[in-house]
Amino acid sequence: MSTLTTSPAEIASSNASLRAFLHGLPGVDRVGADQRAAMLGTRSIKTTAKAQAIDLAISMVDLTTLEGADTPGKVRALCAKAVRPDPGDPSVPKVAAVCVYPDLVERAVDALAGSGVKVASVATAFPSGRSFLDVKVADTRQAVQAGADEIDMVIDRGAFLAGDYRKVYDEIVAIRQACARDAASGGEDAHLKVILETGELATYDNVRRASWLAMLAGADFIKTSTGKVSPAATLPVTMVMLEAVRDFRDRTGRVVGVKPAGGIRTTKDAIKHLVLVNETAGDDWLTPSLFRLGASSLLNDLLMQRQKMTTGRYAGPDYFTLD
Amino acid sequence: MFEYAPAPESRDIVDIRPSYGLFVNGEWVDSLGDERAKTINPASEEVLAEFAMADDADVDRAVAAARKAYESVWGRLPGRERAKYLFRIARIIQERARELAVLESLDNGKPIRESRDVDLPLVAAHFFYYAGWADKLAYAGFGRRTADGAGFADPRPLGVAAQVIPWNFPLLMLAWKVAPALACGNTVVLKPAETTPLTALAFAEICRQADLPPGVVNIVTGAGATGAALVAHPDVNKVAFTGSTEVGRQIARTVAGTGKKLTLELGGKAANIVFDDAPLDQAVEGIVNGIFFNQGHVCCAGSRLLVQESIEEELLAALKRRLGTLRLGDPLDKNTDIGAINSAAQLDKIKELSEAGEQEGAERWSPPCPLPDKGFWFPPTLFTGVAQSHRIAREEIFGPVLSVLTFRTPAEAVEKANNTPYGLSAGVWTEKGSRILWMAERLRAGVVWSNTFNRFDPTSPFGGYKESGYGREGGVHGLEAYLDV
Repeated sequence: MSTLTTSPAEIASSNASLRAFLHGLPGVDRVGADQRAAMLGTRSIKTTAKAQAIDLAISMVDLTTLEGADTPGKVRALCAKAVRPDPGDPSVPKVAAVCVYPDLVERAVDALAGSGVKVASVATAFPSGRSFLDVKVADTRQAVQAGADEIDMVIDRGAFLAGDYRKVYDEIVAIRQACARDAASGGEDAHLKVILETGELATYDNVRRASWLAMLAGADFIKTSTGKVSPAATLPVTMVMLEAVRDFRDRTGRVVGVKPAGGIRTTKDAIKHLVLVNETAGDDWLTPSLFRLGASSLLNDLLMQRQKMTTGRYAGPDYFTLD
Repeated sequence: MFEYAPAPESRDIVDIRPSYGLFVNGEWVDSLGDERAKTINPASEEVLAEFAMADDADVDRAVAAARKAYESVWGRLPGRERAKYLFRIARIIQERARELAVLESLDNGKPIRESRDVDLPLVAAHFFYYAGWADKLAYAGFGRRTADGAGFADPRPLGVAAQVIPWNFPLLMLAWKVAPALACGNTVVLKPAETTPLTALAFAEICRQADLPPGVVNIVTGAGATGAALVAHPDVNKVAFTGSTEVGRQIARTVAGTGKKLTLELGGKAANIVFDDAPLDQAVEGIVNGIFFNQGHVCCAGSRLLVQESIEEELLAALKRRLGTLRLGDPLDKNTDIGAINSAAQLDKIKELSEAGEQEGAERWSPPCPLPDKGFWFPPTLFTGVAQSHRIAREEIFGPVLSVLTFRTPAEAVEKANNTPYGLSAGVWTEKGSRILWMAERLRAGVVWSNTFNRFDPTSPFGGYKESGYGREGGVHGLEAYLDV
């Protein structure tokens, strides 16, 4: 793809120019995209490749709890699991991050201090995003102040579907600014993951446009879903987003990560996603810093399959901790 | 780097006999002659089995068995009874699909992913589809009025069908030929290609398993001489051939004036046309599937890429990146995308034409792609800077070699696409619906795919214009070739 000749700010200078750019991206043919994703889903990952994939997948998990019933105790337990997924086997890698609601960030930060596991917080009136911009900005700031390393924001799908791309863009830019940590505190800015909620965008053309919109506005990651809307992460949607980050790097040089979230429950699902990354964006993206799996129950299935590979037997579910 | 460990499909599931006879009148018989040949695995050059090269007397015996079965049983059987056998065959094929897929990949060299996910499902689908027609022929549009004018009577079958099939889709081409012939009430003598006889011989076993009356399906193995004897046999009523245009011409000459009904499905040099408003990632997949599916051993392969000049650079960059991810190697590995070339002779032909392409000034490119030491292999290859006058733009290569040409306007795309002696298929990539229809009206090709390529379905007729042959196989149209209408 040719290099971008105009800067993101120029492209976003008006809603009309933003629209012209996004609608000028090549379309996505649904039948063809579904076929390609299904074909990649038939890849057979066995023996050494499977062992490698399982450990990689564990290290990419954003272990998530996003319930109204979340308590400090629940978060503490989840953090313990994140650092030491299998108490009986220290060779199991730790997960990438724990993902919680903003008011529980502090608990997670305490529990994970020094572990290397990141704390991610959803923000911006998650999951619907239907609130006022200053509320969303304040929501983000407080989460960052509480110590969140990563912010998972939602885009304004209503504005996107109404064609007001500029509003979506401006909001991402504002949240990105709210992710900044002041220099005095010495901390890095929080990384920004932008949730597109692809289940509500419905078409693959929209997924591609929203991906570009988020990347132009400065997203560090683009994420499929909140997990609260069905369908959440599907293989073809993740594939379209991987194509977007691949093309974005070609045209701008900047590398953006991808996070499918919601509905990834089995090792098989996780491995299919890794194959998709490998054969779409390329193996540069096969690292927790550029690819995450937003999940909760997935981790135990990964652990179960991992143990099966080393012992040759499946242990019952009671041999894996429920946190 | 994420390397996929080998994931080979087990070959224990297939049981290949060391030696095969001919399948005549429901029995395995020895050839009356003594000429024999060997079929090898093109990925390893290992001998798989020995088989008979049927001579004139063998062909005569097989045609006589087919005639007898036609006159005494099959031609008189009501359609709903014929349907029962066809449904039974279809179900047995599904039950034995894994075994047949492995056998096909061993004998042909195609990746197991394709034989498992494309060939075998389509084979079963063809038998199911034509089984459904067997008792409804009166309503297929070819029916005769009954004497009282109140309804339709079944159209009549032709008699004995001589069928000669190629090596690129051995079992699928058998299904395309045998299913409609049997559904319409004909009996069959089929000759598979000499490099890929094994799945046809396995099909003979399936006929026995399905209790198909003896003589309804007869299978004679052999090379060109056997095929020539079969199509020239005076007691044959119908000839169906899929293969090269050159052999198709010889058959047309043999059959001319005999009253035998003839369908020919021959070569192709299809244009895959990509407009600047195409869904780019899917177009890249379509180009790959168009020319690298089955190592390019596909008569309707999209071997000429016609790309709108304004997006040539962008599309080629994306295409080259994609070719870098193709996995060439062991056909039985479930992750293989490109298998072995079917024979040494075919490999020589591909090499010869590729060298001609370079000599004529086109630029050759292949991704880094180590080839196995044994067996017949050719890397995925594309030529840029190709002109209409180059041999690689005019002649069918029948291998994983893509010629890239450019066009400026829709009219020029049509002109270049049609500027070939062939006319089997074409592809159009654009998000503009009206342009798809405009193009389809003007392209002289039997199949025009839009925003997809190499998609097959038993309900859809398939066949060519010009030197790509005549007659249609598949769909309701495919019945006509096997009925006296």
